[in-house]
Amino acid sequence: MERRTLFGGWALPAAFVLPQALLTILFFLWPAGQAIYGSLTRQDAFGLKTQFIGLENFVDLFTDPLYIESMWRTLGFCLAVTFLSMGVALLLAVFADREIKGRGIYRTLLIWPYAVAPAVAAILWILLLHPQIGMVSHALKTIGINWDYKINGTQAMLVVILASAWKQVSYNFIFFLAGLQSIPRSVIEAARMDGARGWRSFRTIIFPLLAPTTFFLLVVNLVYSAFDTFGTIQAMTQGGPGKSTETLVVKVYRDGVVNLDLGGSSAQSVVLMLGIVALTVLQFRFLGKRDKT
Amino acid sequence: MNNRTDWTAHIVLGLGVLLFLLPVWLVFSASTQNPAMIGRGELSFIPGTGLDVYWKVLTEGAPGVAPVWHLLLVSFGMAMAIAIGKILISVLSAYAIAFFRFPFRLACFWMIFFTLMLPVEVRIIPTYAVMAGFGLINTFTGLTMPLIASATATLLLRQTFLAIPDELVEAARMDGAGPLRFLRDILLPVSAANIAALFVILFVYGWNQYLWPLLVATDSRLDTIVIGIVKMIGADTSVEWNRVMATAVLAMLPPVAIVVLMQHWFVKGLTEGDK
Repeated sequence: MERRTLFGGWALPAAFVLPQALLTILFFLWPAGQAIYGSLTRQDAFGLKTQFIGLENFVDLFTDPLYIESMWRTLGFCLAVTFLSMGVALLLAVFADREIKGRGIYRTLLIWPYAVAPAVAAILWILLLHPQIGMVSHALKTIGINWDYKINGTQAMLVVILASAWKQVSYNFIFFLAGLQSIPRSVIEAARMDGARGWRSFRTIIFPLLAPTTFFLLVVNLVYSAFDTFGTIQAMTQGGPGKSTETLVVKVYRDGVVNLDLGGSSAQSVVLMLGIVALTVLQFRFLGKRDKT
Repeated sequence: MNNRTDWTAHIVLGLGVLLFLLPVWLVFSASTQNPAMIGRGELSFIPGTGLDVYWKVLTEGAPGVAPVWHLLLVSFGMAMAIAIGKILISVLSAYAIAFFRFPFRLACFWMIFFTLMLPVEVRIIPTYAVMAGFGLINTFTGLTMPLIASATATLLLRQTFLAIPDELVEAARMDGAGPLRFLRDILLPVSAANIAALFVILFVYGWNQYLWPLLVATDSRLDTIVIGIVKMIGADTSVEWNRVMATAVLAMLPPVAIVVLMQHWFVKGLTEGDK
């Protein structure tokens, strides 16, 4: 989309774009370039000599069973967080879209968790699930479940999934509700005349019409669960016990910042960049198609 | 249509509300209770009497962590700097891209667009290296500047500006308004609601940052409240849970208050721009 009426001159707009262009080059393009360069080189132990080694860092990465394991783990984690939070959000949005008393209040009470930091969401869940102080953990222990996510990897994964999904429900709720509200009432009424009510009306009419929203949220949630959950995981398990909650971002942080393996972590950064580029391209191709039809 | 109460809806939504409110109530309740009792797992839903823990964390903090008033100050400064800085540079660049034709206009647009794909999490080490090169480690500038540059705000504002009717621009030009006066007297007032929404989104974004402050500010004087909280529970042996929970309440209050108070604009701004 382009504007028809424009102002002339180029000095003023160039000056206006300059601050953002400078920041973008300094803090985005330059580091991204450095990451790509770093991923193709190897430094000796003292950082004195840098040697170009081609794709060797990537070969190392993809033949490292620990990295492959972390990829699968991240995929599982992301899918679980995405489906859990989108599922709950859709359910709530469908009911919040009905004409009931107090729906304004319900909406406010379902929207506010958007503002909770991922790391703070972890604190809330620690209070519920911590092996010593958690309220739910005591209930679990009394019915005979040996609950301790500090030693049990599967339980640890469950805990970070729950906390991450909980925090994201309200974001999805906002978008699903907006999507539902943009469906013309006449369409739903017409379906009702044809006898489609309740679940059938939802499955055959409403859910297909929500597809653009659902797809948009799918991508946003995958990105959220892959990247923004670092704070949640770091606060709850630091990637442990062992490596059982070590997602790819946690691994970049551990390898690069804690263990100072620069070449390897640059290669990991580049892989993450490619992943997010792929997701973004997918999203814009799809949304672009929607605009044309 | 019908006046029967929709019980299913009330039950489902009520459960949803509880799913969010109960953990927060529990955190508040825990903040007022005896830390030794919480440590033994004798947490109660009923708050104790000690609200003085809030005064204590605000003025003293917890072992190894700065007083919470200071953490709040850093978080507030960071969130405001990011929100205002981002809005300033994005208004200018979106205005230039939407209303002018100049060399490299499309190149600029795509360059800004491209940064959508580079969240700080994927360029941890190289960005750190760049910051170190500029001597910005452990500075407030280092904490905020790299987060100001991202593309979301620019793209949202560009959408807003493109939706402004051509008649408005032509009318302004007939009245002899130059590009600067058009920006100040027409464009900014017309887009005020969108900018307000953007402010909410960016304030929350800045307040909730974790990974970037963790990397770039090792000096405890630059700890944000989110960093402070994670530090508090990191001392796994002797965590004073009531202080942690009081800090968590204080960490949630400002961004939640802003979202709730500006809810109407915020929801519109978020969903209209698609991200």
